[in-house]
Amino acid sequence: MKTYTNTGSKDTRSGFGAGLTELGQTNENVVALCADLIGSLKMDDFKANHPERFFQVGIAEANMIGLAAGMTIGGKIPFTGTFANFSTGRVYDQIRQSVAYSGKNVKICASHAGLTLGEDGATHQILEDIGLMKMLPEMTVINTCDYNQTKAATIALAKHDGPAYLRFGRPKVPNFTPEDQNFEIGKAVQLTEGTDVTILATGHLVWEALEAAKSLHEKGISAEVINIHTIKPLDDKAILESVAKTGCVVSAEEHNVIGGLGESVARVLSQHKPAPQEFVGTQDTFGESGTSDQLMDKYGLNAKAIINASEKVIKRK
Amino acid sequence: MPNTQQLQDLTTQVRRDILRMVHKVNSGHPGGSLGCAEFFVSLYQDIMDRNDTFDMDGIGEDLFFLSNGHISPVYYSVLARSGYFPVDELNTFRLLNSRLQGHPTTHDGLPGVRIASGSLGQGFSVALGAAQSKKLNGDNHLVYSLHGDGELQEGQNWEGIMYAAGNKVDNIISTIDLNGQQIDGSTDVVLPMGNIRAKFEAFGWTVVDIENGNDITAVLEGMAKAKSLTGKGKPVCVLLKTIMGNGVDFMMHTHAWHGKAPNDEQLAEGLAQNAETLGDY
Repeated sequence: MKTYTNTGSKDTRSGFGAGLTELGQTNENVVALCADLIGSLKMDDFKANHPERFFQVGIAEANMIGLAAGMTIGGKIPFTGTFANFSTGRVYDQIRQSVAYSGKNVKICASHAGLTLGEDGATHQILEDIGLMKMLPEMTVINTCDYNQTKAATIALAKHDGPAYLRFGRPKVPNFTPEDQNFEIGKAVQLTEGTDVTILATGHLVWEALEAAKSLHEKGISAEVINIHTIKPLDDKAILESVAKTGCVVSAEEHNVIGGLGESVARVLSQHKPAPQEFVGTQDTFGESGTSDQLMDKYGLNAKAIINASEKVIKRK
Repeated sequence: MPNTQQLQDLTTQVRRDILRMVHKVNSGHPGGSLGCAEFFVSLYQDIMDRNDTFDMDGIGEDLFFLSNGHISPVYYSVLARSGYFPVDELNTFRLLNSRLQGHPTTHDGLPGVRIASGSLGQGFSVALGAAQSKKLNGDNHLVYSLHGDGELQEGQNWEGIMYAAGNKVDNIISTIDLNGQQIDGSTDVVLPMGNIRAKFEAFGWTVVDIENGNDITAVLEGMAKAKSLTGKGKPVCVLLKTIMGNGVDFMMHTHAWHGKAPNDEQLAEGLAQNAETLGDY
């Protein structure tokens, strides 16, 4: 089976920062807004290079979303930066009315998503943001898996006309996708070919899915791992084609199983080709303080959980 | 530029439009709409420098954002009568498949509207963003916005108000419709907001008062003064005192007509108090 190499662990948020830095040089309409988290969002370079196009809004996320919506009038392409929690739940109505319903070209860029935020605990660990954002009509929802992909997605978003949510995280995680990748919004990426089970993973769980596939391979189970970096629009075709071959699926995400990628997959399958599915995600719970690894282990969001789910779902075929 | 009598005539016609629009669908918000008729007519017919054709980016022209979107009847009437879309389309207000939604939206492509509004408190931020965009584009035109006084109870306003002064956004004129009323009663009863003028000044804004916001001449003078105060490093706020329901005696000085349509008899009475000037749609 095809294997992937970690070329050196990096945080996905740094991929966002690098993408934004590049956009600053290549697209003069790109502007960036931040709500008092420049360092956390890795927006320092953009700010230093383009102070006139950088807007520090203070701890005022609602205003930041409205400002961004207003800046699109006149042709700017605003990228907002704060934690995922404050990028979504806190400003849902602002995004809904001023961005999504108004069809504004705002890119809502959200770091520290999910449990891997770690020690700050449940107040900051949003596990509901994918659901919140995918429910908004006309909103694109992307959850990237590593540094390279986050950088590529950031750059791709500037060329995409319309509201979008880009979700990434805090910790250093394996960097394994190509540096020069062409990020296609809405196009799933098949990472391994398999015949026994389809593993559809997003965000930090993609690397875990590859680790799981290796272990499964050793046990004689052939897993097809697909990176669903775009949760909306979902690549229905890629999912259906894979499941037609394998007959069962595991969805894996650092998010509540209610409202996340898994439910989107289940909708597609139940409409077109019902198949057994297991859901790796948080089970309708809040997080808590702890290290990233401890939390992912406690809440069952790692390779081990994906292996168990795969073995279980194969038996249900 | 139209003279005062022409503006007055248009204002009267706008009042008729408002009454007829909300009456037809037995819904909508006549009170605040009637109170702001002079302001809208003055803004679109005199104060703003507008391009002939509408495009979303609005480069090289003044922009207007309505934050208290529920007063869509006055907005739609003035937009139509300023040439943004056919006046006949006012007939479709709040009907299925209409571009004239209950609250303004860009979603259905109505010319003249640049943002959806209705969920309150978002307009300051949007208008400020558009003002920043103008600065980045080297466009010296101004951004105007209108907000309800009750609307100021929403916290997001104050985020924007703080941001504007802190960042010297001095190409914006934000007007507060001080009619003292909101859905549940007078603003002083629902949630007393104290001295709004002092609040804006404390937040670093230049404040202009228009004591009679239902007098065309007073509105024109006040807005001209506000315009003269832009570009001086501070955002400009206009406190526009209006009478809710102005021009229809039984709708005045009360919150009762905030979101209620007149019946047939009440419509006839309201129209009788505002004789047709430019022709009904």
